Amino acid sequence: MKAKIIITPKKAVLDPQGKTVQNALEHMGYSGIHAVHVGKYLEVELSGADRETARKQMDEACHKFLSNPVIEDYKLEVE
Amino acid sequence: MNFAVLQFPASNCDQDAVHVLKDVLGHSAQLLWHKETSLGGADAVIVPGGFSYGDYLRTGAVARFSPVMQAVQQFAASGGPVLGICNGFQILCEAGLLPGALIRNRSLQFRCEHVYLKTMTRNSPFTNKIPDGKLLRVPIAHGEGCYFAEPDTIGKLKTNDQILFRYVNARGEPTEISNPNGSVENIAGVCNERRNVAGLMPHPERASEPLLGSADGRAVFESLVNWLEQRTKAKAA
Repeated sequence: MKAKIIITPKKAVLDPQGKTVQNALEHMGYSGIHAVHVGKYLEVELSGADRETARKQMDEACHKFLSNPVIEDYKLEVE
Repeated sequence: MNFAVLQFPASNCDQDAVHVLKDVLGHSAQLLWHKETSLGGADAVIVPGGFSYGDYLRTGAVARFSPVMQAVQQFAASGGPVLGICNGFQILCEAGLLPGALIRNRSLQFRCEHVYLKTMTRNSPFTNKIPDGKLLRVPIAHGEGCYFAEPDTIGKLKTNDQILFRYVNARGEPTEISNPNGSVENIAGVCNERRNVAGLMPHPERASEPLLGSADGRAVFESLVNWLEQRTKAKAA
């Protein structure tokens, strides 16, 4: 199994990287860009048969360690 | 007094902290490797600066789960004083011992320069000996020192007088230019509600001797020593 985790900065948190990338895109002539958010992507390879157990386990790990709930949101998929 | 200075892989201000406590102030200070499970009877803990575990994932995120940090959690829960400097501040926030988080500087640049700090309260183990009204000139050296917390948390910090230091200009004003990293309300250092755990991004241990261009940071360590001495006296009485 594989857990795919996308971590992004919360909306209220200053994201200077996203802003810089947005400015650069606009500078390059790409129009209609409202916002860019720079986050991270993690892939966790897991053994075990039960997808639901794996999802619960990774959800806990995301909350406790892989993301910081003060500044980040995460999306988790197990496949 | 006995100080424990933690040492993680890639800590780099640990020796400076030991030097100030031992050679400048004349106290006992021992380095504690991150795998230790006991603080060895220390009176206070310093979580020093550096790039623990390579700053992988997030600054301080891995260090907070090290064995020595479990001992620090217990020590803090029993009221023991803990001071986090720079990466130490980031670790204490990640550990949930301090509110908020430290994120990438607004400029996206690593900032390495001297700044002025205004002490917002002398009611803490870490600020009680700082002369009233004196601005501290101490260096910063960080890429991720932008203090962030939700407005609710900032409100609580103010109500409980938990903001210890703010970045100011030479006249003591918290302007945008004097804020080196984009921290909310120019916050440079905070303490917990119980006031025994504190963290700050600037480096008082790099400014504790005139030879280094400023000895202002020394007052932070003298405050801690004074607080410990007063506590010992109060216990004896």
